[in-house]
Amino acid sequence: MAKKQIFVLQLIFTLLVCSFLIIPVFLSALAGITENFFFGIKSGFTLRWVFEVLDLYSETIYLSLIIAIACLLVTLIIGIPAAYVLARIGGRISRFIEETIILPVAVPGLAIALALIILYGGYRDFRSSWYFILVGHILFTLPFMVRSVLAVLSSTNFKDLEESAASLGAPFWTRFFSIVLPNAKPGILAGSLMVFTLSIGEFNLTWMLHTPITKTLPVGLADSYASMRLEVASAYTLIFFIMIIPLLLGMQYLSRDKKYK
Amino acid sequence: MQKETASIGLISCGKTFKDGTRALEKINLNINSSETVVLLGPSGCGKTTLLRIIAGLEEPDKGGKIIFNEDDVTKLQIEKRNVGMVFQSYALFPNMNVKENIGYGLKVRKLDKNKIDERVSEMLKMMHITDLSFRNIDQLSGGQRQRVALARAIAVRPRVLLLDEPLTALDAILRDRLRVEIDILLRNLGITAIYVTHDQSEAMALGDRIVVMSNGQISQIGTPRNIYYNPANEFVADFIGTVNRIPVNNIKNLNSFEGNELLFRPEDIDIVEKNYCHFTGVVKASFFLGEKTRLIVNLNLKDEVTVEGKFEEEYKIGSEISLRINTDALIKLPK
Repeated sequence: MAKKQIFVLQLIFTLLVCSFLIIPVFLSALAGITENFFFGIKSGFTLRWVFEVLDLYSETIYLSLIIAIACLLVTLIIGIPAAYVLARIGGRISRFIEETIILPVAVPGLAIALALIILYGGYRDFRSSWYFILVGHILFTLPFMVRSVLAVLSSTNFKDLEESAASLGAPFWTRFFSIVLPNAKPGILAGSLMVFTLSIGEFNLTWMLHTPITKTLPVGLADSYASMRLEVASAYTLIFFIMIIPLLLGMQYLSRDKKYK
Repeated sequence: MQKETASIGLISCGKTFKDGTRALEKINLNINSSETVVLLGPSGCGKTTLLRIIAGLEEPDKGGKIIFNEDDVTKLQIEKRNVGMVFQSYALFPNMNVKENIGYGLKVRKLDKNKIDERVSEMLKMMHITDLSFRNIDQLSGGQRQRVALARAIAVRPRVLLLDEPLTALDAILRDRLRVEIDILLRNLGITAIYVTHDQSEAMALGDRIVVMSNGQISQIGTPRNIYYNPANEFVADFIGTVNRIPVNNIKNLNSFEGNELLFRPEDIDIVEKNYCHFTGVVKASFFLGEKTRLIVNLNLKDEVTVEGKFEEEYKIGSEISLRINTDALIKLPK
């Protein structure tokens, strides 16, 4: 009996902690569809703030998506072969390189942004284009793609698989596309989702690197909190959630414990 | 696709790995076409390395040559050697079903789809796995995977079939059954086969000739009978079956015998009447194995012998027992 009581207590505690985190978020979203938050819900629900955000900030939403997709493509093209090579080499060199790739995640986004500005700030056209932000995003998200694919490649006995494919006559590229890639799919998918989500939500780095014409959604969001009324900022947040929560759910789904493949 | 199977020649093939391990001393070996040769030895003896060199997955040290029939294939990568290989882990492709796995080699050779289907069906029938055609490989049992691995290797009609401990991962009953199937398969195909194992009974059952290896060198090459009755050295004598070894001075009633040790197999020593025996001992352990009984007998504080046979009587532990060696069957090691 005591076991059940302890379980219930633990559950209540967990729910309280969760609500501590979730309630503010929920309130914020609620504010976005309220007529006038100062008066609360009794002022009525409306979508006018949402439409106002779409009016004012549609470019930022658009740019965020473009950068996220471009980031994904680049990390796929760079990250998958990198993970493959690291998995093949193995040993200390591989671990060392892996740790070097991960550095951007540990270093604060502001520091990376500064480094990029110092290094490439002189190239005006590059500096004021969205490619500049893209580079920052790639630096930040690449390790997630590499790690995700590397994890899958290290766990299957893919060296055996490649050798047996080779014994059957398959040259390197045939093996890569018919055996390595299909079997790395779970890692590629998980990595892709992670990269896309991280890119959409990236703020620190982007804030430092942005210009008035290269604003992403999170940057626009910060702007709106500073300069617009609460309902607009909240509606903006709501849009952000609608974009990102399905992605997060997707990530959860992909990384679940699978009994069958 | 050629139908002819190749003879294999290895000339002076040694292998030192990058970290300095000397896996193989310089080996010379000739394998006749259609022959089944078993590479037998304990872990680390170099048998798998030798197999991989023949396959083309490893390169021999400088000066080593591998010849298939008359072609020098030393510099040829495995993709071009047209060998069939069965790995210890089977290495079936998880992203394909059984049919696609078996047909992979044919697909890679860009054969006509109908031809591929035909050949795959042939293989499925040969290995008795037609009803598994569309299964995913993680739904297969160990024995089934084995069959798929074999079918996949043979489908491309390789010149040579290489098997790396294919039965090690299976339970004893399955192993016995598959051993027979593999033997029949190899004979029917008439393909040159090289089989690596550490299990000497498997080696004896399957090999036309056995290559016993130890520490990167060949200890002896011979037919199973040859190796069993005429081992070339102590290592082979010890590794194949059990061998008894006792000093000569403890024996009475023994006609002149040179050398100071007697070597003989457990089945070549009999339980006899005391006045007819060579020596007596005390039973230390007794194992009834069904088709035979095995007794471990202490002769004195140091020496013990293993005696095997079909004994009617049950010899209890601690009982005294008189033994006589069948002197015709004594193993003589060459000097």
